[in-house]
Amino acid sequence: MANSSEKRPSRGALALLSERTIESLIYVCGFSAIIFVFGIFFFVFKEGAPFLTKLNFTEFFFSKEWIPTSTVQPKYGIGALIVGTVSVTVVAMAIAVPFGLGAAVFVSEFCTGKVKESLKIIIELLAAVPSVVWGFIGLSVMSPVIIAVFHVPVGVNLFNAALLLALMSVPIMVSIGEDALKAVPDSYREAAVALGATRWQMVYRVLIPAARNGLLAAVLLGVGRAIGETMAVLMATGHAVNIPDSLFDPVRTLTATIAAELGETSHGSDHYQVLFLIGVVLFSITFVVNLTADLVVKGIRKG
Amino acid sequence: MFTETPFIRRKRRAERIAQCFFAGMAAAMVIPLFLIIGYIVIKGAPAISWEFLTENPRSGGAKGGIWAAIVGTFYIVFFSLAVSAPIGVLAAVYLSEYARENWFTRMVHLAVVNLAGVPSIVHGLFGVGAFVYFANFNDGKKSIIAAALTLAVMTLPVIITSTKEALAAVPRQFREACWNVGATRWQTIWRIVLPNSISGILTGVILQVSRTAGETAPVMLTGVATYKLLESTGLFLYHPIRDQCMALSMHLYYIATQANNVPAATPYAIATVLVGVVLVVNAAAIVFRIYLRSRKKW
Amino acid sequence: MTKRSTFLPRILPGATAIAAALMVAGCGPSSDSGSTGTGKRTTIANMGSDTMVNLAAAWAEAYAEVDKAVLIEVNGGGSGVGIKGLINGTAELANASRHMEEREKSELKEKRQVEPREYVIGYDALSIFVHKDNPLDEITMEQLGEIYRADGKITKWSDLGVTNIPGAKGDEIIRVSRQNNSGTYEYFKEVVVGDQNEFKLGSLDMNGSKDVVELVGRTPNAIGYSGMGYANESVKTLKVARKAGDPAVAPSIATTHDETYPIARPMYFYTAGEPEPHVKRYIDWVLSPAGQKHVEETGYVPLAGN
Repeated sequence: MANSSEKRPSRGALALLSERTIESLIYVCGFSAIIFVFGIFFFVFKEGAPFLTKLNFTEFFFSKEWIPTSTVQPKYGIGALIVGTVSVTVVAMAIAVPFGLGAAVFVSEFCTGKVKESLKIIIELLAAVPSVVWGFIGLSVMSPVIIAVFHVPVGVNLFNAALLLALMSVPIMVSIGEDALKAVPDSYREAAVALGATRWQMVYRVLIPAARNGLLAAVLLGVGRAIGETMAVLMATGHAVNIPDSLFDPVRTLTATIAAELGETSHGSDHYQVLFLIGVVLFSITFVVNLTADLVVKGIRKG
Repeated sequence: MFTETPFIRRKRRAERIAQCFFAGMAAAMVIPLFLIIGYIVIKGAPAISWEFLTENPRSGGAKGGIWAAIVGTFYIVFFSLAVSAPIGVLAAVYLSEYARENWFTRMVHLAVVNLAGVPSIVHGLFGVGAFVYFANFNDGKKSIIAAALTLAVMTLPVIITSTKEALAAVPRQFREACWNVGATRWQTIWRIVLPNSISGILTGVILQVSRTAGETAPVMLTGVATYKLLESTGLFLYHPIRDQCMALSMHLYYIATQANNVPAATPYAIATVLVGVVLVVNAAAIVFRIYLRSRKKW
Repeated sequence: MTKRSTFLPRILPGATAIAAALMVAGCGPSSDSGSTGTGKRTTIANMGSDTMVNLAAAWAEAYAEVDKAVLIEVNGGGSGVGIKGLINGTAELANASRHMEEREKSELKEKRQVEPREYVIGYDALSIFVHKDNPLDEITMEQLGEIYRADGKITKWSDLGVTNIPGAKGDEIIRVSRQNNSGTYEYFKEVVVGDQNEFKLGSLDMNGSKDVVELVGRTPNAIGYSGMGYANESVKTLKVARKAGDPAVAPSIATTHDETYPIARPMYFYTAGEPEPHVKRYIDWVLSPAGQKHVEETGYVPLAGN
């Protein structure tokens, strides 16, 4: 395309030059996503790297003692924080997966026209509520409700945070899940109906198996969102370094620890560097989750 | 008409049950949203007044309004979108108009997907490392520009994705017709593709306003102060490079967890304002989308 | 088609102009030029302790009326951050709710060849809070230590002889604490837990002084510590005895001044070397009755004689 334009006499050199400039700009911007992904890893790693030489990996990953500001012997064990993140995510998904996928099926298979449009809009809005607002809801609305309903000593806990995360990650699951269901050819539905299947049977026997990969990707993206969520879990988990015994124990997550402690940690201290290493761990976890989701989605396109 | 056999009746009932079941699933998510937002608005709305919106906070946030936070949020949103929108749109133009199907394009796609999945707090750490300390805009202190750039990187993949969808919606024939009359690739993009997809592109960008306005964790590490007094109620009080600013999202966190002697309604009022911003922005985007879709001629 | 194909080129210059105008306005003499009309204001960068941020903000607000030529910029971040700012020269006045450490003093001397100047500007008394329905009225420092220390023995309310807290779920003591790099946490550790000990993990580590009180107010099983000024009607402030048998003392201005209340500490301003005249004038005003009035209003303890 560019070659043919050079032969056109009507265009001035200036126009050509500016076109060249803008096209090179487009190329640079096109690569920007790659640059930023590497940039994020590089800068987060760079700030945390000096501590790697002092880091005891076994203690870091498996010790549940997180005492970074000790005046005697600081301990940097993120075991309990990992357990916190995992447990909140698992419970959140246990709530969100059935509801998210159920809602996706409802939107895609049972709704038409206006209802479908408005439901999708509402779900979009649900996705847009800021996480600090969710956190505030958990802190001041749900916490007393949970104490009263479940007769537990403390209302900011694993369950509270998981419930918020479920509500927060449902929208992404609905929209990706709906896309996956939409991708199932109508001929499948027609065949199922022709065989006399009820819609329930059609969903259960035909659509879910056919859209399996897309739904799995939807779940994985929900997981990614839940792992990375910060403000809501900071405010609603209780923020206690604790291996939970029950659904109603307070816990603490990796993300919340960084948010709570980085602001008051002096630049370059051990504690500061360890918080960045936690960032590297988080980055790696979500990278793997997102990569898997992406591969799974690509799987459906090919298969 | 068929006569209803028991089999058909049973089938009908199963059908209805299935419908109710899935409707229940959807309702279980939508109804809490309404209840919660309703609760917040009911508790917060009485505290919202013109003075609340246009006065600076006083006495550590216990009295006065939230003007400084509104201005700060505006600054952050404006600067971050001013950076991310052009880059994101051009990147999407690259991906949909220039890129060939090869491993490199595949890498870019992967990068976009992964960038979108990076936790916001990690973006915050990146902002601290890259913009606060490395770029060092403000002597190793937080600054508005650092926060805005951090959010720009964060919103970039979403803008790329939404723009790409908008560009893909422009029929290929439009481009071919343009190429056939001898236009260059860029002329085609500038004269045909962008004007025809501008609605979709803008909708995607507008939706990011609400996301950037609500983001807390990354900006609190890179550019937002818990309490930053303003001299007066002017608009241009913050210096984007030298200053930190307040922000609505952070102000809600601060008022809810730290500020003393705050009237009980104040955090609800701030939450209402935040949710209001989100609703207004999203509603605007939706209206915009519907309006422009109605003008579509293909 | 023709009409719309010119849409973008037409709006673009306009949009650019608006953006440019905003940029210029934003980058202009913005933050220094007040609309108060007094010309350029001198700013004092005041940062540090989160405990003191409310107080510092109240002072800054009030001082804006006293001296219109000076603008005080208040930032939190913690005592360490403020002192760090003093060392780097990014702060002219550091708020600290603890003493400056020797290490920090030598760093300041090394970087800026000055000694710090210290001003006690008020006191912060940490109250021990329980839920308002908790029948407990007083507690000893040893008991507090046993509750919060890593090897502490007290984990249940019945260990303290409290058996019937209305609304309580179970007997467990829910420990509410602060995040591990806040000044309040450090101070509580110093006087209650002990420098050579650690906090028992598993406490709910709140990010703000108010958070602690609110959580305790919602949680019948909880105990927590926070600034005296944060008390509200949903919690009860316990009297504290230095050791078993000693009289238990409620936190107040008087008991802080006569040092009978065991968990109170001074709050400081630090400057790098002698303060400049406008900073000195501010400090003098803070120490005057007009400034000290705000100490009590924000829930802290003013200097004796005010």
